[in-house]
Amino acid sequence: MSEPLVVLDGVEKRFGDFTAVRRADLTIDEGEFVAIMGPSGCGKTTTLRMLAGLETPSAGEIRIGGRSMNDVPPHARDTPMVWQSLALFPFLTVRENVEFGLKMRGIAAAARKARALDWLDRLEIGDFANRIVDTLSGGQRQRVALARSLVTEPRILLLDEPLSALDAHLVIRMQGVLTRLQRELGIAFVYVTHSHSEAFAMADRVVIMSRGEIAQVGAPRAIYRAPANRFVAEFVGRNTILTGTVEGAALRTPIGTFALPAPATDGATAHLVLAADILHIARAADPAARNAVEARLISEEFVGSIVTLFLEAADGTEFKVQMQERALTGLDLHAGGRFHLTWATDDAHLLPEVPA
Amino acid sequence: MSGRAGTWVLRGYVLLVFAFVFAPIVMSLIFSFNADRFPTIPLGGFTTHWYATIFADDGFWRAARNSLVVSACTCILATALGFCTAYSDYRYRFRGQGAYLGIILLPPTIPLIIMALAMLAWFSRVGISGQVYSVVLAHTVLTAPFAMAIIRLRLERMDASLEAAAWNLGASEWRAMREVILPFCRPAILSSLFLTAAISFDEFTVAWFVSGLNKTLPVHVLEIVQGTIDPQVNAIGTLVFLVSMTLVVLAQLMIFFRIQRSAP
Repeated sequence: MSEPLVVLDGVEKRFGDFTAVRRADLTIDEGEFVAIMGPSGCGKTTTLRMLAGLETPSAGEIRIGGRSMNDVPPHARDTPMVWQSLALFPFLTVRENVEFGLKMRGIAAAARKARALDWLDRLEIGDFANRIVDTLSGGQRQRVALARSLVTEPRILLLDEPLSALDAHLVIRMQGVLTRLQRELGIAFVYVTHSHSEAFAMADRVVIMSRGEIAQVGAPRAIYRAPANRFVAEFVGRNTILTGTVEGAALRTPIGTFALPAPATDGATAHLVLAADILHIARAADPAARNAVEARLISEEFVGSIVTLFLEAADGTEFKVQMQERALTGLDLHAGGRFHLTWATDDAHLLPEVPA
Repeated sequence: MSGRAGTWVLRGYVLLVFAFVFAPIVMSLIFSFNADRFPTIPLGGFTTHWYATIFADDGFWRAARNSLVVSACTCILATALGFCTAYSDYRYRFRGQGAYLGIILLPPTIPLIIMALAMLAWFSRVGISGQVYSVVLAHTVLTAPFAMAIIRLRLERMDASLEAAAWNLGASEWRAMREVILPFCRPAILSSLFLTAAISFDEFTVAWFVSGLNKTLPVHVLEIVQGTIDPQVNAIGTLVFLVSMTLVVLAQLMIFFRIQRSAP
């Protein structure tokens, strides 16, 4: 069994006193779509730039295809990148932009022209081949940037928040284009983003970073359902987090005692994560419910057919409840109204204990 | 005062300002075709005699050739130097960068006469005074800051990722310089060439001090004017003005209008 395509082995990056990336260990397989996600300043872009050779690790090693990359300059790597700003060459036509990588590799003019036009057609922008990039729309420029990076047929493509400048409807469309391309080409995509909807929608595996450290790596579903720590639980979704003390198989909190879905050390402090879609909301108390909280409605947020309700319990804990808009009928929602929230014990997620 | 009247007053004012600036030049142009020896009104008849005189004069041709050589060499040297300083300031962060910039941009703030004296003193000491290349050296020092400023402004407008994008696509640092940085700066580089050539072409003070016997046109003009009133100078002045203006206008065009490449 050979080594994975990309290996980050204890990679660290310091800028003076500031540590941008701390002891990162990560592997990326051939043909895998990996999203690196985190808030700004978490080290995700630095990690990507180290893969491209634009930053040199302060410690540790990056290997691509089994070869150590630490001393390989950017131009000698085959790690094309789609930039946040796109970084298209404004003084070249669309076709010349796409040809650039081939030209640098010394490919003859006729051959590179044919390959560039091929890629432009493939991305449905063949009609713009002779235009100056400034005259193209955001979505078209995006495709030019993709064609320019893919024309050299790399084994890995790096993407640095490429969709952040697009309108919402275009983002969805480009997500489709990207996932389709990635499947067809079978090459690895490393996609940096701060948006969990982009990461979760496209990636096979998501890497969540926080303050220079990798907080969790896993399939989108696994991360969503079983966040590894408090940071991930707060970052990835509309989660409610209850903190309390373990008492046998239950968690004692200021707003009640709730059943634990998994065993925990007696007397320890533990966090229970309630995803927004596991909570059930009702006007009346359900005496049979094992886990119940009374809370006051603060506000609601409609996104199409999905509604998120924000409620507050007696001690100020915020509960987020997500449900279909049509399921709300008969609930008589108004701010300040009192509701009863219940959930099934097994739907809740107990955060792993952090060693003291 | 109504808005309309205000507009007309403003227009009149602008017209007066332009008249004030251009009147001497226009006068010089008119008198260069005036048959009378003395610049008085009413004008004498129309003549091209003064042009014929200067075109027949070896001194004029030598000076003209010197001026052209000096401004051609100066514009290339100054622009090359300006590009290097602009790029180093854009690309790198280093200790003493503020001082570095200060020194680069210093020459235009020094009074010309002081500059000229210092140049003469220094050039004679190291034995390179009185040559055509002495004027080139002096003019390069004078004009490089303008080249630097024009090119630095252009670099400021460059996407910060553009150069890294070229490396990322397989260009070495030199290749990226040739394929990305220079093409991006091309309008500014052309503009800088024209502007520094124009400044050098009609610069008098420094040239007068360091040129020795290798006079440039402005120095030649002064020597004619000394002691006599000779309408030749109007003719030379008109020519110098035309050359400089053409260069400056070209420089302006480069700055304000991006050269749009037409689609093939």
